[in-house]
Amino acid sequence: MATAEVASHEGHHHPTGIMRWLTTTNHKDIGTLYLCFSLTMFLIGGFMALVVRAELFQPGLQIVDPHFFNQMTTMHALIMVFGAIMPGFVGFANWMIPMMVGAPDMALPRLNNWSFWILPFAFTMLLSSLFVPGGGPAAGWTLYAPLTIQGGMSVDMTIFAIHMMGISSILGAINIIVTIFNMRAPGMSLMKMPLFVWTWLITAFLLIAVMPVLAGAVTMLLTDRHFGTAFFDPAGGGDPVMFQHIFWFFGHPEVYIMILPAFGIISEIIPTFSRKPLFGYTTMVLATACIAFLSFVVWAHHMFTVGMPLAGELFFMYSTMLIAVPTGVKVFNWVSTMWRGALTFETPMLFAVAVVFLFTIGGFSGLMLAITPADFQYHDTYFVVAHFHYVLFSGAAMAMMGGAYYWLPKWTGHMYDEKLGKIHFWLTTIFFNVTFFPQHFLGLAGMPRRIPDYALQFTEFNVISSLGAFGLGLSQLLFVYIIVKCVRSGVRATDEVWERPRGLEWTVPSPAPYHTFETPPKVI
Amino acid sequence: MIDEPTVRGDSRANRRLIARLVLLVFAMFGFGFALVPLYDVFCEITGLNGKTGIADARSIRAADVDTSRMVTVEFTGNTANGLPWEFRPQVSSMQVRPGEVAAAVYIARNTAGRPIVGRAIPSVTPGKAAAHFKKTECFCFTEQTLQAGETKAMPVRFVVEHDLPRDIRTVTLSYAFFNAEAYAGTPPAGRSATGPDTAKNTN
Ligand SMILES: [Cu+2]
Repeated sequence: MATAEVASHEGHHHPTGIMRWLTTTNHKDIGTLYLCFSLTMFLIGGFMALVVRAELFQPGLQIVDPHFFNQMTTMHALIMVFGAIMPGFVGFANWMIPMMVGAPDMALPRLNNWSFWILPFAFTMLLSSLFVPGGGPAAGWTLYAPLTIQGGMSVDMTIFAIHMMGISSILGAINIIVTIFNMRAPGMSLMKMPLFVWTWLITAFLLIAVMPVLAGAVTMLLTDRHFGTAFFDPAGGGDPVMFQHIFWFFGHPEVYIMILPAFGIISEIIPTFSRKPLFGYTTMVLATACIAFLSFVVWAHHMFTVGMPLAGELFFMYSTMLIAVPTGVKVFNWVSTMWRGALTFETPMLFAVAVVFLFTIGGFSGLMLAITPADFQYHDTYFVVAHFHYVLFSGAAMAMMGGAYYWLPKWTGHMYDEKLGKIHFWLTTIFFNVTFFPQHFLGLAGMPRRIPDYALQFTEFNVISSLGAFGLGLSQLLFVYIIVKCVRSGVRATDEVWERPRGLEWTVPSPAPYHTFETPPKVI
Repeated sequence: MIDEPTVRGDSRANRRLIARLVLLVFAMFGFGFALVPLYDVFCEITGLNGKTGIADARSIRAADVDTSRMVTVEFTGNTANGLPWEFRPQVSSMQVRPGEVAAAVYIARNTAGRPIVGRAIPSVTPGKAAAHFKKTECFCFTEQTLQAGETKAMPVRFVVEHDLPRDIRTVTLSYAFFNAEAYAGTPPAGRSATGPDTAKNTN
């Protein structure tokens, strides 16, 4: 009985070995599982990206055939979005939210175990679709109909995998909301919660609102494929463009699901290394809520070229640009937090500052894409690829790296190797820009995305981009090494770890004991 | 689904909150499906997505004819993959007066050795002309069956309404013919009566 165990406070009779991990209901164990899963998926998805970049190293077809190339771009995206970024943030939520609000565990520990253990099954199914006749899904992660109505059985496997990981995300989101609403320590009012908790609360509501819509969209695909419905098939009276509307109704809030927790992590790191409280806490909360609201009315900016009427294009253009306002509020708040702070640049802070800088570049290219007439030029080019890697890699993924360095000493009880951490940071940041900055130029010059071959004039920038990608990929092995080294050994971390950081998680010993805050802390 | 209460979690409060959240999950799942008819209704009302209207022939009066200008109506037609038909308009364009009922004919020939059911999906460009382009009779209202080798003339009667914006001089009516064998005889699923001109003609 897992919860009985929590109540027993001791923890010397929990199962050991693999059974400990299979049956655990402890938020720290489950957080660790999520983070390890996310890191594994990050490496697998990254490997697929390298297959893509290897093929694009030179014009012409040399390493893989076009169909396999399409499978790699599709799988890379599905794995990074649903396997690396989303579970990664859930891992952070599991580890940190109970400690940050002074709760002994998540509100629904057994549900928590479930939410995690669905994921390995979902991704085994997704990955094994590469080996079925006809190969893996190759229609792009957006799974646009009518192409996905025609694909082989790998499309069905992808649909089931999405159903499973959707259920996992929804259960995780419910758990997080219940924990935040019902498990806070006395005195921890909503407006006293750390910003990471706030961003996750809003993210969890976004998940609950849009993951079911994605589930509905892929269910319609499934019934169109096998049960004679015609949601997206014009022959039966359906409409393929409607898939895009439903998908992006999910898809745009999804990008905030992937970035809001990153904003939360950044908002924890920057005050610590600026030795100042977060500037404009209330506006940060409001800006986050505002971004979440607006995310529901901008979806068609992904579809400007489908033949929308002018009124629609104007509406989606202006609503999209409006999102820059609350996002700008956040960026200015981070900069103001650093302003006249006693700054030091340990690895987490380096990552945080880089995220603020690079994410803003991604935000600006997003604004360019929001301009409807310009988008007709940029649509489906490498400019879009560059844009979303600036927000998803140097936004979401690098925020998670920064968060990992920030809390690793609390998790493991050891300081990570600061020198190696800094090397990892610089390698990642430099190679990231070498990989993706040239893609802006490629896109503006008209190189289409998702094509294994390209015109000769694009060669130089593609060579640079591919070299950068291999450097970026290899640098992440250093990240794995640093984590393993930190888990095994290292200088003992103090309880505070950093210089007078704010937050309840720094009041518990390092490493954080298996059970924390069984008697609620006093929150002033 | 309900776990034992933890130290601070009040199980009743938890249960209430979970119930609400689960309800929200199901509501949003339903909303995803509701988007299908909502989207069609929206397009039909606004004429977005090139969706054309249907007019009742009796409601069109000669007095509505706008004799001050002519509009060019162009016709195109093509077949989707998997439909072994030849399909083209008899004339590629014609001049009509706004408000006047005009007729055009498409010719379809089944080149396969078996009868095939097809469905034509109409679309009008420019998009803002779509709401002013009404059909009173169209082969796209119903499924069409061609016997092996059969050639058939398919008429369409339409009216360009007199309130068509004056800056539009040319309207293109385009049809895409799809193989509808998989759906033959069944009402189009997923969108019942809201599809583009599907079997809704009451005449
Ligand atoms: Cu978007």
